[in-house]
Amino acid sequence: MTILAQAANASPSTDSFASVDALVQGLAGVGYIASRRIATALYMSVHLQKPILVEGVAGVGKTELALSTATLLGLPLIRMQCYEGLDESKALYEWKYGKQLLYTQILKDRMGAELADAAGMDEAMERLHGMGDMFFSEPFLEPRPLMKALREDDGCVLLIDEIDKSDEAFEAFLLEVLSAYQASVPELGVIKAKTPPIVFLTSNNVRDLGDALKRRCLHLHIPLPEASLERRIVASRVPNIEERLTHQLVGFVQALRGMDLRKSPSISETVDWARALILMHADSLDAAMVRDTLNVILKYEQDIQMVEPQVSELLRTAQTTP
Amino acid sequence: MQHQMEDFIRALRAADVKVSPAESIDAHEAVARIGYADRELLKDALCATLAKSEDEVARFDRAFDNFFARDPFDFATPPPPPEGGEAAPPEARLEDVSEEAAGSELAQIILAGDSTALSQAMERAAQAAQVSEIRLSTQKSRLTRRLLDEMGVAEIEKIISQARRLEGEGGAALADRLEAGRKVVAAEAQRYVQRQHDLYASESGRQLREELLARKALNAEGGIDPVDLQVMQALVRKMAKRLADRYSRRRNRARKGHLDVRRTLRQSMAYGGVPFNVVWKTERVDKPKIIAICDVSKSVAAAAQFLLTFLYSLNEVVDRMDAYAFSGRMIPVNQILDEHGVDKAILEVLKLIGFQQTDYGRALQDFAENHLDKLDRHTTVIFLGDARSNYADPRLDIMRTIHERSRSVIWLNPEPESYWNQGDSVMNRYLPFCHLAKTCNTLDQLERIIEDVLRQYVPH
Repeated sequence: MTILAQAANASPSTDSFASVDALVQGLAGVGYIASRRIATALYMSVHLQKPILVEGVAGVGKTELALSTATLLGLPLIRMQCYEGLDESKALYEWKYGKQLLYTQILKDRMGAELADAAGMDEAMERLHGMGDMFFSEPFLEPRPLMKALREDDGCVLLIDEIDKSDEAFEAFLLEVLSAYQASVPELGVIKAKTPPIVFLTSNNVRDLGDALKRRCLHLHIPLPEASLERRIVASRVPNIEERLTHQLVGFVQALRGMDLRKSPSISETVDWARALILMHADSLDAAMVRDTLNVILKYEQDIQMVEPQVSELLRTAQTTP
Repeated sequence: MQHQMEDFIRALRAADVKVSPAESIDAHEAVARIGYADRELLKDALCATLAKSEDEVARFDRAFDNFFARDPFDFATPPPPPEGGEAAPPEARLEDVSEEAAGSELAQIILAGDSTALSQAMERAAQAAQVSEIRLSTQKSRLTRRLLDEMGVAEIEKIISQARRLEGEGGAALADRLEAGRKVVAAEAQRYVQRQHDLYASESGRQLREELLARKALNAEGGIDPVDLQVMQALVRKMAKRLADRYSRRRNRARKGHLDVRRTLRQSMAYGGVPFNVVWKTERVDKPKIIAICDVSKSVAAAAQFLLTFLYSLNEVVDRMDAYAFSGRMIPVNQILDEHGVDKAILEVLKLIGFQQTDYGRALQDFAENHLDKLDRHTTVIFLGDARSNYADPRLDIMRTIHERSRSVIWLNPEPESYWNQGDSVMNRYLPFCHLAKTCNTLDQLERIIEDVLRQYVPH
């Protein structure tokens, strides 16, 4: 959570969005090393006011991009984690049933007095209608992430995480929010965003998303980084790491990605590994150290068993590659 | 540049990147914001607006590099005068040749060696000649000719012959230079058309071929060309993926018996707390279970192979899939399929049970004795065979049992309906025990039928 710590220092600047280069620098300032393609996509998304759909394997920095953007702009981040069965009552709004019930109970006694002087049945009904509407008004509304994002006055960064885990129906429901930045609540009418939020959707490709959703978004695929970019990321995330160690460990991880593993290590694993090595006061990699810490970068037993006998060899190739 | 963008989007569509009108508006807006100056920036910005999946990004990159590739033209510059020696006679000027020649734009461009002007001229000529409408590789030479005509090459040829007739060496020198320039232009035009072909036509050729193959009869005389076979295998997997995408997303919910308190309360608010509408918790209904029983005699083997490929590529949306093969006797082939992959499995199966006399009754009996417990009311049974039983007992009683115990029985027959029940075919006798019987002899038909199977599990 380095970014949150740095958030205080970073001045909220919109200048960063003046050009793509400025954006790359701005993001670097809050600890996110972005490639040009990432920065361009983000730049377009802000200027065209379109949501951005970020795809890529787990741990490649999709969520981090949203966090860093929020930090850079000094805007609050509203995060919505998607899962199977997520529906609009959990994503958009919910009525406060308990409060509504409580109020009806309290008002029950007053009801008789209120209706006593009504001339006839019709007038009594009329007054009851008026009271009914009272229960479906702002004080009884429990806003959920999407509603909160729409009601932020100065805008915000809305992160809809792992959209591919949600149901198809929910995806369809999102379309209105994403294209018009508004949501319909039957009892209240249409709620429109004062300042459109910057929306990030992330996907791990568990399933293919619908074309309607894709059409409304800009698309960004974040690949696993090249060695030089990854070294810069490690150096930025783990500030007090020796350069030699960075070289070695990035080389090693890059070599691992060439192997046929069940889950290749991604950037977050590289960074975790670098931190673990710092904790162990390592200033360079050796075979024994790698074997001890292999479980930080490889998350499956089969993968570890496969890599373990080849550690020395991989280290050698890692050393020779530039 | 508007025209360029439209052409580029067309090239993307030809390269199988889906671009909707809304996306192309986005792309134009993006370009309006960032301009054309920075090539990498343009590429990244267009990529974000137009390519919407990892595959599409790769195809986009290729199309972009191809489309915006502009190699500088290589003109022969006039040789420098030899030092010290006698200066070469001055070259004749265009004006000396004829008035017409002086007006020729192309001749001036060639003499000036101006590659930028030439590429612009070529773009203009290409638009006039509609080179980007290219669809087939056979159009290449004709379009090259048209492109050169539009650029005014005929004129150049005329000037060259006129220059050769001119007095003195200057005319010949001019003619030589123009000749060299004309060759460069011709070669360049050829390359240009080739590139347009790669952009717009290469994919559509493949698509055309796939369309044809999807409609090709699977048990055609002489079998399927091995080259086609690979394309068709790929095609089947693509079709299966399409179906899987469509049906894996369907959430099929049904009553389960648990009260959903939260939603019931919510609904009741409209009635002052009286639960008029009772809401039940719902749950996903099972995915389909499929039992495929394939005749692997010679006439049906090809269709069987594709059916199995199809079903196995559907593993995302199919809960359980068991495959059996028979000609005389019936054997389960799940293990063979797992070990060898679908491509080679049919050969393995043929090694085990092939070249026996086809006997549907015997095969059904084998199934009834060993595998009947696999059937339950969630199971769809797909038979694939021509129902030609060599006059043996068709064992309709077992067919009836299968019909009663399974959710549905589907019979796919590679023969057209008019052949059913002719000769030794007992198709019409099996027919009462099938919920659906269809001719299935092309990949298209196969896809449609399997989609029907999947749709049955989706609420109406």
